[in-house]
Amino acid sequence: MPNLNDILVLLPEFYLVAVACLLLLLDAFMKPEQRHWLHWISIVVLLVAAYMVVAGQPEVTVTAFGGMFVRDQVSEILKVFALLCTVLVLIYARPYLRERKQFIGEFYTLMIFAVIGVMLLVSAGNLVMVYLGLELLTLSSYALVALNRDSSLSSEAAIKYFVLGALSSGMLLYGMSMVYGATGSLDLAQLHTVATQSAMPNLLVFGLIFMLVGIAFKLGAAPFHMWIPDVYQGASTPVTTFIASTSKLAAFGMAWRLLETGLGGLSQHWQPMLAAVAVLSMAIGNLVAIVQSNLKRMLAYSTISHMGYLLMGLVNAGPEGYSSAMFYAISYALMSTVSFGVILALARAGFECEEISDLKGLNQRSPWFAALMALALFSLAGVPPLFGFYAKYLVLQAAIDAHMLWLAIVGAVFAIIGLYYYLHVVKVMYFDKPEEGGADQPQADASLRVVLSINALALLVLGVYWGPLLGWCRHSFGLG
Amino acid sequence: MFNHLLSLLIWLPIAGAVPVLLAGSARPNLARWLALLFMVLTFVASLFLLPQYDAAQGGMQLVESHLWIASLNVHYGLAVDGISVALILLTTVVGILVVVGAWEVIQNKPHQYMAAMLALEGVMIGVFCATDALLFYVFFEAMLIPMFILIGVWGGPRRVYATLKFFIYTFLGSVFMLIALLYLYHRAGTFDLHTLAALPLTFTEQMWIFFAFLLAFAIKVPMVPVHTWLPDAHVEAPTGGSVVLAAVMLKVGTYGMLRFILPIVPDAGEHYAWLVIGLSLVAVVYIGYVALVQEDMKKLVAYSSVAHMGFVTLGIFIAFMLARGLGDMDTARLGMQGAMVQMISHGFVSGAMFTCIGVMYDRLHTRLIKDYGGVINVMPWFGFFYVLFAMANCGLPGTSGFVGEFMVVLASFKANPWIAFFAAFTLIIGAAYTLWLVKRVLWGEIHNPHVAEMKDINGRETFVLLAFAALTVALGIWPEPLIHLMDSSVTQVVQQLVVHKI
Repeated sequence: MPNLNDILVLLPEFYLVAVACLLLLLDAFMKPEQRHWLHWISIVVLLVAAYMVVAGQPEVTVTAFGGMFVRDQVSEILKVFALLCTVLVLIYARPYLRERKQFIGEFYTLMIFAVIGVMLLVSAGNLVMVYLGLELLTLSSYALVALNRDSSLSSEAAIKYFVLGALSSGMLLYGMSMVYGATGSLDLAQLHTVATQSAMPNLLVFGLIFMLVGIAFKLGAAPFHMWIPDVYQGASTPVTTFIASTSKLAAFGMAWRLLETGLGGLSQHWQPMLAAVAVLSMAIGNLVAIVQSNLKRMLAYSTISHMGYLLMGLVNAGPEGYSSAMFYAISYALMSTVSFGVILALARAGFECEEISDLKGLNQRSPWFAALMALALFSLAGVPPLFGFYAKYLVLQAAIDAHMLWLAIVGAVFAIIGLYYYLHVVKVMYFDKPEEGGADQPQADASLRVVLSINALALLVLGVYWGPLLGWCRHSFGLG
Repeated sequence: MFNHLLSLLIWLPIAGAVPVLLAGSARPNLARWLALLFMVLTFVASLFLLPQYDAAQGGMQLVESHLWIASLNVHYGLAVDGISVALILLTTVVGILVVVGAWEVIQNKPHQYMAAMLALEGVMIGVFCATDALLFYVFFEAMLIPMFILIGVWGGPRRVYATLKFFIYTFLGSVFMLIALLYLYHRAGTFDLHTLAALPLTFTEQMWIFFAFLLAFAIKVPMVPVHTWLPDAHVEAPTGGSVVLAAVMLKVGTYGMLRFILPIVPDAGEHYAWLVIGLSLVAVVYIGYVALVQEDMKKLVAYSSVAHMGFVTLGIFIAFMLARGLGDMDTARLGMQGAMVQMISHGFVSGAMFTCIGVMYDRLHTRLIKDYGGVINVMPWFGFFYVLFAMANCGLPGTSGFVGEFMVVLASFKANPWIAFFAAFTLIIGAAYTLWLVKRVLWGEIHNPHVAEMKDINGRETFVLLAFAALTVALGIWPEPLIHLMDSSVTQVVQQLVVHKI
């Protein structure tokens, strides 16, 4: 029987569910011109949730509902950053949505439901809970991608996302069922002890492979990356931003829960598989990104390569590696909010600012936004002293510590290749002449400008002051 | 006493970039004066290094060490020895001269130009101070961004190609250095250079680390055969960019060799000294010939930079041969000292040469040698300086170019007369390409009507060239203070060479 304590452990999640339902109701009674209230209410609601997560942070790991739900430091950090990233997405999205007549209540409620999915997923203590959280997140995401009903591109992206997403969820579920068959347990903590003594090790590994497919799909790692470019390009930019930031934090959380908490005993099986996926992702992501002319599509391939680097941290299969991967996930989420945020800021009615050529000569028209974008791009490329470098440095270190020097070298080589396409965008912004109809001085809201600037400058500040964040990441995995 | 001098030197120009940037394109003069102010302040602050640093004692002084990342034992560690002090002074002097040199020349967004220069200056000083390998790497790489922008925005027609090549080439080398550093960290648990120097490594480990380091620094120096980015970058860079690139940035490569290859992998260094010496001689002789046939003045000086930097790498690695092979510590010191003097001297001479070319380019907007001829007739004062720097470039006694090269040739004679023979080739080839350049540009009849309209240097240009000239001549006739400043540090560097770490 659930008692009051269980409910208290899940307080932030319950709170968000209740508020999301209320907002849905509120939206129905709101006049369109009052809708900006919904925007601010949603932001406050998410910030309050983040505060509740921080304030209620337990000293030790707490479980609720018979181990279904785990509240530990890893989940808390991921939740806080997921909520913050979503707030950023909402702030960056408002002018874009308003100009496209998509400023509707569903956007906000779906976003909040997706975040609830993320929170449940990263706190999951049971295979069923993993699946539930994942479905809540992805179903909301499908709807968000399809929100732009009149665009055939976004409908196509939504269908593609849905079909492939359903397939991968099926794979994940199939793998889970086999793991359950081999061990007789759905509880991740129990799995951890049972997995090594299973009477059917082959079946277990078979299940593991299917689960890995599901994980790789959700991360967007090659060879299960096909949906990423289409969805990134087809979805409206705010939704893309959400998928590129909050969702990646969730995907990391899921991967860690399943692989370490659940099947940590099988690490000698999943390490080489993950290493192969990492190499493929870095290769495909970085090489294909070079030839893209669409900025969102290029960033999509860049995501694929970044997921390869993130996996490099997981391959380490130790607390050092997990903390570096979590650091990577957080840094990636913060960098992609900036890069997509600039796209959102520069977009105006009838102009998406999606093509790389749209940014031509941006430095002459809007030096500040060109500088913010350049910060994000140099950071994504991993050039010191920006934040992204330290994330890369940590995962490379994790690979070397796991005695996979070759993987680190492969990662380094692809970092050089990846550098090119980021530099290409900087080149377009700084060295090319501006063109008629290109990106111009943005007319975006003050809130967007200020928050985006803080977000981008944080990449520089965190490049110097990255110790505390790393400290949290390491501490949550029990390291000093 | 104030013990954050090094931090001040690094962060003052970087902080200065912010108000310069804020001055905006609407107030270009404010941006220029602010930039000059911060450059001068940094220079004045760097002068305090001289009384603070005890040259007789040597070793790492003015130590600053704070825990940067506690969980990884990464430190914000700064310290200088005599060699760093000399290079920092070179950097701060050149910083003032490029700002003055760019005063009216840069009309397009001068505030961004000046801010990039200031940021670059701070980061370069950081490289010369860092005693933590990760911090060094961060500064080493951070130099790329401002330089990338400098070449790309204010460069010549093929600037995009040149700047992308520059960035990717340098990044390529340093990424492997990062892997080597991570491996060392994996072994030692720290990035502290002093601890890494004491870390025992097997020969195989040393070999791989050596090549990773060598690639990173050889690209930066640049050594043959990874020098091809330099002529492109130099030709397309604005004058100030070229000056900083040649005068300071190339030294980061040889400085890195001193701080990383020599102490951390001395055994591999000895084993592969022949390779580096060979490549240095190729740079001196072959690149000298390549310089001879250039039609673009900037390209010619760029190739001559490669040749002159060959002397620096030669001096450093000949010391391996002398100290470890022959046990001749004194001559090893001579070679190393020559390399250090050559580093500083080349900083002034190449900076001056690029400034001269910039002066001509501003008037005629061409860098091709054939477009000039008879410049001395219309620009006598300029001709005076140009000939002086040309003489220094070919190593005339009495100029700074002579001192370092002479010491290196002398040291290599002890190691192997043939090495000295090829190294001494530079006296002929260097004189050939430089004097021929002077002949074609300065002397002769004026055959281009535009040359006849060229005006002699103005006060601002005279100031810059005079400063370079004074330093070049001072270093040539009285190198003693510089040698004294670096003496005990050079001794310590050479002592590191003979340590066996296997």
